[in-house]
Amino acid sequence: MAMLLDVASWILLSAGGVFVLVGGIGALRMPNLYTRMHAASVTDTMGALLVIAGIMLQAGLSLVSIKLAAILLFLLFTSPTSSYALASAALLAGIKPDAGSTADREDAP
Amino acid sequence: MTVLFGVLLLTMLVVTAVAIVRTKNLFVAVMLLGIFSLLIAANFFILDAADVALTEAAVGAGISTVLFLGALALTSEFEKVPTPHRWLSLAVVTGATLVVLYATLDKPKFGDPGAPAHQHVAPWYLEHTPEYIGIPNVVTAILGSFRGYDTLGEVFVVFTAGIGVLFLFSARRRPAGRRKTAGLQDLDIGLRKDVIPRVVSRLLAPFILLFGLYVQFHGEYGPGGGFQAGALIAAAFILYALVEGEERTLQALPAGALVALMVGGAMLYGLVGLLGILMGSNFLDYSVLSEQPVSGQQLGIILIEAGVGMAVTGVLLSIFHAFAARDRV
Repeated sequence: MAMLLDVASWILLSAGGVFVLVGGIGALRMPNLYTRMHAASVTDTMGALLVIAGIMLQAGLSLVSIKLAAILLFLLFTSPTSSYALASAALLAGIKPDAGSTADREDAP
Repeated sequence: MTVLFGVLLLTMLVVTAVAIVRTKNLFVAVMLLGIFSLLIAANFFILDAADVALTEAAVGAGISTVLFLGALALTSEFEKVPTPHRWLSLAVVTGATLVVLYATLDKPKFGDPGAPAHQHVAPWYLEHTPEYIGIPNVVTAILGSFRGYDTLGEVFVVFTAGIGVLFLFSARRRPAGRRKTAGLQDLDIGLRKDVIPRVVSRLLAPFILLFGLYVQFHGEYGPGGGFQAGALIAAAFILYALVEGEERTLQALPAGALVALMVGGAMLYGLVGLLGILMGSNFLDYSVLSEQPVSGQQLGIILIEAGVGMAVTGVLLSIFHAFAARDRV
């Protein structure tokens, strides 16, 4: 049973790590601000969810698990809000959500 | 593993510090300073200094970022053209760096049990805290009781800073009669037009307050205490003020109440100290506050931590409101 829990926990942690990595690559490689934010939001949601779920399996039924669940709930509330605030600020600053645009990159031609 | 994380965090810290110095955009610099604080907080945490990490994360990354942004709103976003004495400053910084590097040669190795820091009073504190104070968090015992004078000094430094800011800023406050009383539906104030931040912030603010109180009163058992709790409670009110506008926050917790919190917190700390003298012992000796010395110590620590929390909350919120009021003059 303990072995099974370990395996499940490792699968969750590795999958979370993959999502964080993908989010990081996307945040670096995507062409403009909105697509970069879209990629980075994977880190906040799926990455955080899977990693915390993996740690919760390690912690078992204890106070630590409850605290982790509270942190997860907090993240699920705050990270979409901060993404919204960032996108809204970018829109106010005059960056157009144009799919092909690379206008806001510093190395843009 | 700890060393690996430490090296990684410290490297990122240096990179962030260089970026802060290099950037000309002050807004970017403030954001980088927040990242700097989070990195140093993580570093404190892997060195097992959870109390310091909590303070750094709450004050450095949270409150001071907001205060810097408040100050930036009053000035321009870009740094002025640098002064011509750049070579002189570079020489001074290089000299200071070389002296500090030379000083590190004499320091004991990382984690050396024979280091003076682990040989001087620390073992005594660790050994005698259960006997004299009877609480699990030795940091709180040192901060509140063994080194109570230092903490009293820190509270008065915070208090003095608050008074200083109020002196500088409150002179140009608008007369109360001209303020329009804001209704809940007035969408021009704060971030009320943005529905998502408004809903989420209103949802989270009470829980942040609750967590602040938990950190305040759980400080004897886990990381936390008055300083961290004060910063968290102030953060909850600042979040509310950012979204709902400053007026409604001042309705919930008026400026007079903030000054009362500042003064009351510092007074409470001092009076607990004087109570020690009145009950026939030394200043800030809590053992005489109750029949049992240990429970007297615990009572004293709870009271002075409450004083610290009150003072920090009052000062931080007063400073925030002072900046915000200045913005609208």
